[in-house]
Amino acid sequence: MHQVTTRTRASTIAGIAALALIAVGLILPAFAPRSLIQDLFFILTMLTLAQLWNLIAGFGGMVSVGQQAFVGIGAYAMFAGVILMGWDPVPAILLGGLAAFLLAIPMAFFAFRLAGAYFAIGTWVIAEVTRLVIAQWKTLGGGTGTSLPREATSDIIGVETIANLFGLRDAAARDVLAYWLALGLAVATMAAIYALLRSRTGLALAAVRDNDNAARSVGVDARRVKWIVFLAAATMTGLVGALIYVQTARISPDAAFSVTNWTAYVIFIAVIGGIGRLEGPILGVLVFWGLQTAFADYGSWYLLALGVLAIATMLFAPRGLWGLIHDRTGLSLFPVQRRLILIDERSKP
Amino acid sequence: MIWLDVLVQGILLGGLYALFAAGLSLVFGIMRLVNLAHGDLIVFAAFAILLITATLGLNPFLAALLAAPLMFAVGWALQRFVLNRVLGKDILPPLLVTFGLSVALQNGMLEVFSADSQRLSVGALESASINLGIVTVGTLPLLTFASAVAAIFLLNRIFYTTALGRAFRAVSDDPTTASLMGLNPKSVFAIATGLAMVIVTLAALYLGMRANFDPSIGPARLLYAFQAVIIGGLGSLWGTLAGGAIIGVAQTFGAQINPEWQILAGHIAFLVVLLIRPRGLFPRAVD
Repeated sequence: MHQVTTRTRASTIAGIAALALIAVGLILPAFAPRSLIQDLFFILTMLTLAQLWNLIAGFGGMVSVGQQAFVGIGAYAMFAGVILMGWDPVPAILLGGLAAFLLAIPMAFFAFRLAGAYFAIGTWVIAEVTRLVIAQWKTLGGGTGTSLPREATSDIIGVETIANLFGLRDAAARDVLAYWLALGLAVATMAAIYALLRSRTGLALAAVRDNDNAARSVGVDARRVKWIVFLAAATMTGLVGALIYVQTARISPDAAFSVTNWTAYVIFIAVIGGIGRLEGPILGVLVFWGLQTAFADYGSWYLLALGVLAIATMLFAPRGLWGLIHDRTGLSLFPVQRRLILIDERSKP
Repeated sequence: MIWLDVLVQGILLGGLYALFAAGLSLVFGIMRLVNLAHGDLIVFAAFAILLITATLGLNPFLAALLAAPLMFAVGWALQRFVLNRVLGKDILPPLLVTFGLSVALQNGMLEVFSADSQRLSVGALESASINLGIVTVGTLPLLTFASAVAAIFLLNRIFYTTALGRAFRAVSDDPTTASLMGLNPKSVFAIATGLAMVIVTLAALYLGMRANFDPSIGPARLLYAFQAVIIGGLGSLWGTLAGGAIIGVAQTFGAQINPEWQILAGHIAFLVVLLIRPRGLFPRAVD
């Protein structure tokens, strides 16, 4: 008798710890100061973006440098829902996901035509095209951007309830709502990625990444797998983008489609933490947040150092910090490796 | 007549884009490496030329002549000490290293040279023009285009008629067999990147003389270069000239209709070509 599993003792413990952390995260706004909630919002949204990039690049081998397209279009779709259609900002986040999904179809169509590494620049071009087109949209402020109207931000669904529940001002209650949504998105994204990687589709994805032709020869529909993963990641990225801009409440094409904010940072988080592992971005975002808090005031020097750090990581520890930890200890919190377990028949009744 | 004028301006602008593209195409052709910092290296070379003109009081053309061997050394060292270590079957590490380099270079230049716009000044040549009867063209754009043609011609000569070119082709086709024949692929790669940086210097010279530049404009140059390469067809250097011209013409026509559409028009021309001929106009490489 045998059995194939990805479960280990460490993963069971990690799973329980993760559930406990989520529970703590949910009740945190009851006693945490507002600044911590805001920091956690930043960490959770960057973590989600990094996990999504890690999914397509690290697990899928599709190195996108155009993720800012989905953040930007998601944010703008949410703004359009609020300003042009009078939607509440929170449900309008869903419009962001939809818009990113719709944009991902032509982007995948064009970028998948490009050989190997040129895929990366192809996604960048589409992101630029999207930014330039959006900058022509005069009703949403054109090139200079616009803000969410005060009426829309003042009565977001649920904010009053949260304000009464925790005895907060409206602005702080909005932060709490955004934080909960970010927590929800982060947990849902990571759970979905983990479930995907443990499924047959995840195995197919890894096979396509490692050897496209070999994967096809054993019957994996490489195109279909890539399309599914790319579209799903784009949709989620759009939701995150819309959520970030519900919190920011002010948008401009240059900020919403910023390569630095939504792609460079995200790539650095994944690279430093460890590409191709779920644990990587978690560790990476904590390191990134620490660096950001300590050095962000140094502006360009800080970015220069981040770039150099990313290069050094790729040269000397290409699998990132988590890769180093894994090599030393063999620890894997969210294992996706399938192991064969032989069950001793004699011990069975 | 205005449209003929726009067309000619566009084709000449394409010469500049072909210069951007030639270095990218060379490096990709030989080692399948896409250098995401290519645009920032062009801007870096432009600052190097600017620095030499400012300190030695030289004409930009002479300054570029001095900058070229320096840039060759930069390219050689970059390949030898950084990029060679990450080249392999997996395309992810070189992409991420060059992306990190792009961010680092941009911000390093921002600190050293500030965000101010700069220009390489060549006096009367900037506004000089030649009357060709039906159209009047700027001397500098014409010189750019002629330099692009000359650079591509020379690169092709190197590639197909010299021992170095044979080495380039050999390591490109099969590095293992090439190393059995006594070539060291890594040294050949380093020379190739050095050579690409010489072309980058030439591109930077014309970029700086024709328009303002600042540390942030690198990525956009990368995109133009990339589009010219893809439109031309992978592996074809003359193709990049055609690709550059198509982007250039699309941009000048777009700008003629509405100045805000200049860049967008170039991108859209690229997407249209990608839609109709995904392998470009003159594809050579099979991968």
